[in-house]
Amino acid sequence: MRPGSRGVIDPVGLDALIAQLSGDGYRVVGPTVRDGAVVYDEVASVADLPAGWTDEQDGGTYRLQRRPDEALFGYAVGPHSWKRYLFPPRTLLWRASRSDEGITFEPGDEAPPRYAFLGVRGCELAAIRIQDRVFLESGAVDPTYAARRGPAFIVAVNCSTPAGTCFCVSMGTGPAAGPGFDLALTEVMDGGKPHFVVEVGTDRGGELLGRVPHREAVVADEAQAASVVEGAARRMGRTLDTEGIGGLLASNREHARWRDVAERCLSCGNCTMVCPTCFCSSVEETSDLTGTTAERWRRWDSCYTLDFSHLPDGSVRTSTRSRYRQWLTHKLGTWIDQFGTSGCVGCGRCITWCPVGIDLTEEIRALRGPTPKD
Amino acid sequence: MQRSIADLLAHHDVFNGLPPDDLALIAGCGQNTVVAAGTYLFREGDPADTFFVLREGRVAMEVFVPDRGPLVVDTAEQGEIVGVSWLFPPYRWQFDGRVVEPVRAIRLDGACLRGKCEADPRLGFELMKRFAAIMQRRMRSARLRLVDLYGGAHAR
Amino acid sequence: MPAEAPAATARSAVVTSDPMLPRLHRVARVRGEAKGVKTLALQPLDGAATACTPGQFNMLWVFGVGESAISVSGEAPGGILLHTVRDVGLVTDALCHARPGTVVGVRGPFGRGWGLGHADGSDVVVVAGGLGLAPLRPLVRHLVSHRQEYGRIALLVGARSPDQLLFGPESRRWARRDLSVLATVDHARPGWDGPVGVVTDLIERAPFDPSRTVAYVCGPEVMMRFTARALVERGVAPERIEVSMERNMRCAIGFCGHCQLGPAFVCRDGPVFSYDFIRPLLRVREL
Repeated sequence: MRPGSRGVIDPVGLDALIAQLSGDGYRVVGPTVRDGAVVYDEVASVADLPAGWTDEQDGGTYRLQRRPDEALFGYAVGPHSWKRYLFPPRTLLWRASRSDEGITFEPGDEAPPRYAFLGVRGCELAAIRIQDRVFLESGAVDPTYAARRGPAFIVAVNCSTPAGTCFCVSMGTGPAAGPGFDLALTEVMDGGKPHFVVEVGTDRGGELLGRVPHREAVVADEAQAASVVEGAARRMGRTLDTEGIGGLLASNREHARWRDVAERCLSCGNCTMVCPTCFCSSVEETSDLTGTTAERWRRWDSCYTLDFSHLPDGSVRTSTRSRYRQWLTHKLGTWIDQFGTSGCVGCGRCITWCPVGIDLTEEIRALRGPTPKD
Repeated sequence: MQRSIADLLAHHDVFNGLPPDDLALIAGCGQNTVVAAGTYLFREGDPADTFFVLREGRVAMEVFVPDRGPLVVDTAEQGEIVGVSWLFPPYRWQFDGRVVEPVRAIRLDGACLRGKCEADPRLGFELMKRFAAIMQRRMRSARLRLVDLYGGAHAR
Repeated sequence: MPAEAPAATARSAVVTSDPMLPRLHRVARVRGEAKGVKTLALQPLDGAATACTPGQFNMLWVFGVGESAISVSGEAPGGILLHTVRDVGLVTDALCHARPGTVVGVRGPFGRGWGLGHADGSDVVVVAGGLGLAPLRPLVRHLVSHRQEYGRIALLVGARSPDQLLFGPESRRWARRDLSVLATVDHARPGWDGPVGVVTDLIERAPFDPSRTVAYVCGPEVMMRFTARALVERGVAPERIEVSMERNMRCAIGFCGHCQLGPAFVCRDGPVFSYDFIRPLLRVREL
């Protein structure tokens, strides 16, 4: 089937899709339920998906609830994002060996897996494209990201059930997935059971769809799918006014609100861990006891740590106030200067997973208010 | 042809712009002087009845500390004024002033000039403004040195 | 890239396939410059010289210890890179104790260096504070070797005390090549007959015409802030003043995020910035 065309599959067809991807050598990763949350893990079949689950999200709140139906994608996003696969939390960059003959290097991260991501939401696809800009299109190219991103097969899902912290509509990233998917599914319920209207995004997506049981979509299918997405768009949990937001943040670095949020923020860095676009990392050198082997590892880092901005005389950002300001100003403001788009996709994870429920939509609202200087 | 003192003062930052009468009056309190390196122009606590406009050379302001010897806290270079204590009671030099590089200067009679400023407050105000500017710059310089600009804890 | 970043830039290509892989160099010479400060001469094992422009930096790597961002402080024949290092942490301590023959790694050169597009008879003022003279030395050497293209050149150097002034003998050679070299210290020592005072004091007396001057400033951030202000007070245009900023660096290629200063990545958009661009950012505490 050609890009742009639509088909319809049922759970059996989706199961076959997973099996075909696996047979093609992809490691299929999708949503599963574990420890009271929807998290990404390898899936072998439709049976591994969170059938009949939904989520309740708010500031500092996440709870799974049972649905009255058997929807497979009837929830928003959990604490995981796809960045853990494209930009792994810990990567060996290289290994060095030292001997009398000198120092030699071996590359790390050989044979990265080929992933198929099942269930990529609009906000998440937008986040992947944002990280593409960071790691592939801004000068240097990150080989680890490039090696995983290139072959990654993306089966997107257009959201039916947004959560209380979602604001993808404000950020222009959903509920429908934007360009960049191989296939995009919209889950349509019929008598409590799901089927999927599938849009073909690429040739290889169309080719895969051709191999599983499906029928061509008719106008009614497309109308139902559109209605699901429209419904989701109307039920956003939050909104964010992005008008002039770069300038707002740049001209309010001494706003009293920063001190206010600093009194609540624990600088725990949860937001940076769950955020699908945060890309800060650190580099660590390890060596063995004999001193003949050294390894350089890259690991996730967070601008909330005290030594993130460390210089010989001390850190530049010692106060929580300055670190929260850095994160928010970067995410919503200076990111635009650096990469041409916002760094935020409106997934709401930072609000949900903040232990004290700091809500950046509310912080921006406060910054837009009257401007008391600190 | 040697320039007159009035002429030299007229071209100096601090006296520039004063009416010719004032310049003549001030020049009348001054005379050229040459001082060899190593000489102390003034000592801490001495009556401060003079000040100098340096035309050449360098003067170091020192504090003598027992066990540590003379410590240079400031230097005055060519073109700068040495001495503001003549303006303020008790009219005593605050530091020692040692000539580091041979000095050619105009030495001015501060006591005489003080009298003239009391008699003509307009002149007094003009001079006070100009000397206040010198002191503001020096205060800023001294405060910046307290910051220890070149590094904090790690610097040796 | 920040919108105001000027076009006259000096950024060399990174000469390696994997930008995170160091190129091995042998420590050829170590010279003590001041207490805790050494200049290392690094010779590439593969003999290939790296083209660095004044103001750029390299990530110097010590096996099993890590990397540190160090400005290039000069070059020597044979592709030799000079780096002046102050001992302040694990990596720099290892570098300062490295003996000739030790093999270290070099990644780079990185960053936007000093703008050299003013070789039109402009007067030049170079202001260095403490270790800041090291990243400026390649610039000064360039000015000296292109002396005819500039008007008056003044080098103003400040340090805490006379023993912390760097490159004394070379500075005297520069003075003989028609540069005004003025040095001042915060704290004198017996035997010091030079000026005592903060380096900004030198700006008032330095010989240059502010209306046709370009200025280069390097040193601790607080020193650069006051120096740039003093230059502007004397009439130098903010867009003709350049400073070299420092931030924590891990990757040096714009990925790790550590070196951000407002919208800029210091490793990629800097470390040299026009004062015009950086002035509002310098005023914000803890940015």
